[in-house]
Amino acid sequence: MVALFAPLLWQGVIWLTDVPAFILPSPWRVAQAAWINRALITQHSLVTATEVAAGLAVGAILGTVTAVLLALSARAHRMVMPLLVFTQSLPVFALAPILTLWFGYGLASKVVIAVLIIYFPVTSAFYDGLTRVPADILDMAKTMGATKFQTMRRIKIPHALPSLGTGLKLAAVYAPIGAVIGEWVGASQGLGYLMLLANGRAKTDLMFASLLALAIMTLVLHLAVGRASARLQRPEQP
Amino acid sequence: MTSPPNDRRVTPPVIRLRGSYRIGAEILFGPVDITLGAGQWTCILGRSGVGKSTLLRVIAGLDCAGDFDGSLHVSDAVTLAGRVSLMAQSDLLLPWLTVLENTVLGAQLRGEQPDIGRAQRLLARIGLRDHTHKKPGALSGGMRQRTALARTLMEDRPVALLDEPFSALDASTRADMQELAAEMLQGKTVLLVTHDPAEAVRLGHRIIVLKPRGVQHWPTPVSKPVRDQYAPQTIACQADLLAHLRGTG
Repeated sequence: MVALFAPLLWQGVIWLTDVPAFILPSPWRVAQAAWINRALITQHSLVTATEVAAGLAVGAILGTVTAVLLALSARAHRMVMPLLVFTQSLPVFALAPILTLWFGYGLASKVVIAVLIIYFPVTSAFYDGLTRVPADILDMAKTMGATKFQTMRRIKIPHALPSLGTGLKLAAVYAPIGAVIGEWVGASQGLGYLMLLANGRAKTDLMFASLLALAIMTLVLHLAVGRASARLQRPEQP
Repeated sequence: MTSPPNDRRVTPPVIRLRGSYRIGAEILFGPVDITLGAGQWTCILGRSGVGKSTLLRVIAGLDCAGDFDGSLHVSDAVTLAGRVSLMAQSDLLLPWLTVLENTVLGAQLRGEQPDIGRAQRLLARIGLRDHTHKKPGALSGGMRQRTALARTLMEDRPVALLDEPFSALDASTRADMQELAAEMLQGKTVLLVTHDPAEAVRLGHRIIVLKPRGVQHWPTPVSKPVRDQYAPQTIACQADLLAHLRGTG
């Protein structure tokens, strides 16, 4: 419904305002630009997709491991959590040039930026789930003589999987933002780079087509992660 | 307390709890002097909020909001740690595990190899033979509580602490579960916290009414548990106990 309504509204604005195509191209022109430049857009999309997938994987693993370690040790939580919150107060936009300087113009700097963006939501969501196991269940485990490690493995982690799913769904939306920021700051390929290039040459239709490709990629990623998370979120199914 | 020799660890002990429980400056209950007979069911009743579950937690050695000022004496002088099993009002089944996996949870949490054969025999004995592969979401309330009982029995501890385990069940399932639990926990030292005078009179070798300033030992009928719920003595005892709890007896 939205997919049908949005282009109509878009076209309506153009008819009403008579805005020039280099400011706001029509949906039809964008579709044409997408088709004509399909090879170029696909090539840059693959680069961005690789950065996003790598960032998502590394960020998810780091976030998951950190959450488990923080949940195992109250002292680690007291020491590390304020640091994590502090890192979130630094805008990634401000860090991107430094990270590009440190990690180069290739894949690494984009992955690092994506990881920085998704690390906290994944850690925070999973940690929340790990520490919200009902006290009655933990009491029962204690009377059974449960070890800390087995309680984590057999009770806390399975209980927190739906929360991890929520964190990963957020990460799937944030990771492309990180990759594109990295490409804007310094890159020779990727959708962010293509958008800057198109913008500089007043090829607004190509810029919009790249943006569309990015939106589709994010949507597909969100759906895929959402489907994977749904498996985590239905533990009560017989 | 001394280190636990194996034969003494599995023998049901007499447990005596004496003292008061405070939360901050306020006394929740006490002073109390409660004895749980070896191999017997002791039922504790009392108004909501009087501290029945807290008393159970003190015996179980679990963390509480306040402080217990008193002593916990175990007849064989062996610590209760590792000798107590717990069954609560909520079945506490883990929804991602099957009935069988929930039953052997204790062994898995200790990092031991679970005795699957024994668990299957136990489940068959309590009527869950055909449901061992199901997850809790697919079970009725009664079946869930049977699984919780199987998990408690699988631990094979000499002391069982039951905190209103049957209160959420319908009347007929509750009566079935009471009989099953009495049969399966025979010979263990059992503390049953309950709101239900009928349940206490049916199952208790001893009945104790917990009050803010002490306890009252309530006389039980001469017959042995599990008592016939329709016997005149049982009904009379229930009625007297209920009247007492309501403050009209």
